[in-house]
Amino acid sequence: MITDALKIADRIFASRLFVGTGKFSSPLIMKKALDASGSEMITVALRRVDLSNPDDHILHHLDLQKCQLLPNTAGAQSADEAIRLAMLSRASSQTNWIKLEVTPEPRHLIPDSEETLKATKFLVKEGFIVLPYMQADPILAKKLEDVGASTVMPLGSPIGSNKGLKTKELIKIIISNSNIPVIVDAGIGAPSHACEAMELGADAVLVNTAIAIANDPILIASAFKHAVEAGRKGFLAGLAQESDGEASSPLSWLIK
Amino acid sequence: MTYSASAFSRLISPLSDSELNKLATNAKHLTKQHFGNTIQLYIPLYLSNECCNSCLYCGFNRHQNIKRQTLSLDEATKQLQIIKDKGFDNILLLTGEHKASVGVDYLVPIIKQAQKMFSYVALEIFPCSTEEYSSLISAGASGLTIYQETYNKEVYSNMHPSGPKKDFSFRFDSPERALKAGMRKVGLGFLLGLTDWREEAYFLAEHLDYLMKNYWKADFTVSFPRIHKAPDGLDTKTISDKDFVQMILAFRIAFPKVGIILSTRENAELRDNLLGLGVTQISAESKTNPGGYSDNTSDEQFQVNDARSLSEIITALEKNGFDPVIKDWSTILSSISPVL
Repeated sequence: MITDALKIADRIFASRLFVGTGKFSSPLIMKKALDASGSEMITVALRRVDLSNPDDHILHHLDLQKCQLLPNTAGAQSADEAIRLAMLSRASSQTNWIKLEVTPEPRHLIPDSEETLKATKFLVKEGFIVLPYMQADPILAKKLEDVGASTVMPLGSPIGSNKGLKTKELIKIIISNSNIPVIVDAGIGAPSHACEAMELGADAVLVNTAIAIANDPILIASAFKHAVEAGRKGFLAGLAQESDGEASSPLSWLIK
Repeated sequence: MTYSASAFSRLISPLSDSELNKLATNAKHLTKQHFGNTIQLYIPLYLSNECCNSCLYCGFNRHQNIKRQTLSLDEATKQLQIIKDKGFDNILLLTGEHKASVGVDYLVPIIKQAQKMFSYVALEIFPCSTEEYSSLISAGASGLTIYQETYNKEVYSNMHPSGPKKDFSFRFDSPERALKAGMRKVGLGFLLGLTDWREEAYFLAEHLDYLMKNYWKADFTVSFPRIHKAPDGLDTKTISDKDFVQMILAFRIAFPKVGIILSTRENAELRDNLLGLGVTQISAESKTNPGGYSDNTSDEQFQVNDARSLSEIITALEKNGFDPVIKDWSTILSSISPVL
């Protein structure tokens, strides 16, 4: 029995590490790294795969008995394009899960908040389970929750940058306000970053580049797995507060 | 780094071997970070070698006594099918410049056909007006490659003595017109060998920076086709492999997220060695004559120096630790049928 499971929509996840499938040097290394990560949620770019082809270069190597396939709308520059990609995905993959990415500027892939909200609203009404990639914007997070997003996925720092949690203070607010799972997506470059996000109380993290381009993707995938578990346990245990080490009590004048 | 003309100038200035090595280390890191261990593959389809220009360096020059051919829609479809059967999903359609017989009206049905068969359709054609680019985009074209050939106006004028291509500015403004019309991907470049490469590289960098800032939704690539064998009587400047590599490294460092394309003009060994150092897309199995995928009755534009098959190139990529990417686009990102 899983005592600390993550629930998204109607599905239970034992692993809180979500992984991406881009940038690997071969599908075989990708498969081994995904196995080592223990992940049960795998995202694939709809522009990269042919969902209707079971022999697809990437899909072919995924264990979809064990893992939830999470198609993403990478490349969409507007709500409209993302919606059409999602419709195509559902029609050809039998999954209604969608990682919504609306990124009009192709170099830094910063999400467009306005279009993301619009697409989320539409896709939820169409019966999709929507996991939107978003700015670390606490107000937007609440708006997405209000229109029926299943999670929110704020960025830690620009995608592919490996810079860690540059948006930490905003992510803390998102976590404290949220009624739906918060998954830190983008920017996680090291196991320590993943661990930090989990210690803050994130429900999961999504990692791709940091695994795919490491010298040993399989070993680092396992490092991420342990880092996420350690961070989660740290959060559950309740981290001891930082202290400046002052010995005296500020109320010594009052409490004798 | 943020692009600046002065920083770029330093990257292309003469360097010692150890400085060049440092550039390569930096470029390798940036390429891996932004593009991962992947290389995109594409193939060109020459639709026509008819041309009313007289570019001194070109095999399709109207004064060249070559066999001219323009593929009909049926013939083009057959070539597309051959290419599709080889395993490609990314097609580049090329023409010369002969708008009377090979204009937008000729291209639209071929683009529509190609879009039914391939995820991604790009064009490398004569300069068009904004309205013409709109028609090509509506038909299903997502990308446009247009090389300035040279940014030096005097050299440009000498190299293009007659024909519509004589107009430097109309060509120079083509990428911008295509972007205004909504083109998603634009490829820029120049022909290496016409004049000093440093001067060309500098102007290309400025051109690219301007377009990226003003058309921020578009994706950009650069390419540096190199003249290896100049036609008789044409005085070209050869560029050494070392300089060629420095230029690629400079573009990678100055524009970390811009794709760099290397065609089959370069030989297999150089192409393999440049993987991971900046190059992100390569062509394979290219024929540069119309109809060349089934027969060889027309003449080619330039001689290919890497004649390996797609499967041989894929094997070489895998041996070097790269995943060949055949599909990286969706026709949904090109079609115009809004749901909202």
